[in-house]
Amino acid sequence: MMTLESLRGRVAIAGVGHAGLGEAHGYTEMEVLAQAASRAVADAGLTMKDIDGLATCSSSATMWSMPVAEYLGLRPRYIEATMLGGSSFVSHLLPSVMALASGQCNAVLVCYGSTQKTATFGRKEGIKARTLLDPQPFEHPYSPLQPVTSYALAAARHMHQYGTTREQLAEVAVAARAWAALNPEAAMRDPLSIEDVLRSRPVSDPLTVRDCCLVSDGGGAYVMVRADRARQLRQPPVYVLGSATAVWNRQISSMEDLTVTAAAESGKRALAMAGLNVADVDVAELYDAFTINTLLFLEDLGFCKKGEGGAFVQGGGIAPGGRLPVNTNGGGLSCVHPGMYGIFLVIEAVRQLRAQAGERQVAGADIALVHGNGGTLSSQSTAILGGPSTR
Amino acid sequence: MHTEQAEALSRGPQEQYFAALAKGRFQIQRCAACERHQFFPRTLCVHCGATDLAWTDPAGTGTVYSFSIVRRKPEAGGDYNVALIDLDEGARMMSRVDGVPLERLRIGMPVKARVLLDAAQPLVVFQPVEAA
Repeated sequence: MMTLESLRGRVAIAGVGHAGLGEAHGYTEMEVLAQAASRAVADAGLTMKDIDGLATCSSSATMWSMPVAEYLGLRPRYIEATMLGGSSFVSHLLPSVMALASGQCNAVLVCYGSTQKTATFGRKEGIKARTLLDPQPFEHPYSPLQPVTSYALAAARHMHQYGTTREQLAEVAVAARAWAALNPEAAMRDPLSIEDVLRSRPVSDPLTVRDCCLVSDGGGAYVMVRADRARQLRQPPVYVLGSATAVWNRQISSMEDLTVTAAAESGKRALAMAGLNVADVDVAELYDAFTINTLLFLEDLGFCKKGEGGAFVQGGGIAPGGRLPVNTNGGGLSCVHPGMYGIFLVIEAVRQLRAQAGERQVAGADIALVHGNGGTLSSQSTAILGGPSTR
Repeated sequence: MHTEQAEALSRGPQEQYFAALAKGRFQIQRCAACERHQFFPRTLCVHCGATDLAWTDPAGTGTVYSFSIVRRKPEAGGDYNVALIDLDEGARMMSRVDGVPLERLRIGMPVKARVLLDAAQPLVVFQPVEAA
């Protein structure tokens, strides 16, 4: 039997690209996806004709992989279209590693695009349509402002159970903004203080608008090939050392303990595959759809004990110069968040591990932990990526 | 066959739940195999997978596990709460707490269920036990 451990480092990310970050006026989501895809393929030193594997999904089109193959002119031998919300493009890593390692295909393109901010059928319309296409008859009648109310319920419970404070939650947004200030591609780069976060418009208590991710357009893509080939290509290879996904529930009301996410499982499995532990991690990209996410994931992934996430981030703990560099591009809170953010976690980790992150570069970053979240704390997907020297 | 039984057999648990609720009756499921309760209603027990489930009338009492105040403009109806309630039987559900000013709502607050029939659809809501 093939083991997960035997797949450690067998596959590498060879190219990354993005397009249409912020507002992509006049472009469709397929067009920003395709632009990002072309850039990722070129970054790898390949052409679209080399791509014979495809991983993608959309938050609206259920058959999305077919129009993507059609648009890009692909005839993929491997197709991965599992839709887990925002964690999808992290969760696509492991099945793609298997497809490449088995020889099912030779080059996988993982890609996403969204124009939720500028499209006529945008974010609001999508949420309305989803109540019909994906009904939640035991939550919807109470009018939770989804997804933010679900995360607010988790934040309130975390505060109650562990004494986590509003200021500690705000620290997450402040740290993200400090990283964004170092990233010319980030959308929000003005200084942000704890006071600013606390005084911003309340949305769903205890969360304010500055506890919530941006609403942006944007496309992102990355290309995966087997490690031996990656070493011959244009960019330094970034190895997939471990990857795992866990889903325990869909609805927040079905979550057993609002302070413990399935990241506790996905993180353990991904680290085990990589043969590493969190002390080995140089940089962490944790899906910060809301400030509470970062605290929950720091705890569940093992960077600190349960309940100590607030103390961990306090005093600039995850900001530039802090104890652990987290969300170094500015995250979903201050860089970009086009509906599903997972692919941008991978792109930023790759840039850090290639030492191409400019002013925000984490010195000597060899191991990155990438963690995607989807739905309402529903799906959790962790990946451990390693720089050129890790294999 | 008894009419109620026949009716039950021709509908799934979700429709049975809402039909009972429309008559003012709030019911949850109990598993004959593992004896645990569950919410929302399903065709199998989420705890053990057994399919022998029976409807039961919960005590209606529970506690607030968490809540959020959703901020809404006054002209749109103003602020309201969304709460997660742990029923004494061990099941959790989303609902809201009525009959208490939003600023006095607390996690851990004991609450009791009632069925609202005058809403857009029949709805289980809760109110503080003191006010029940």
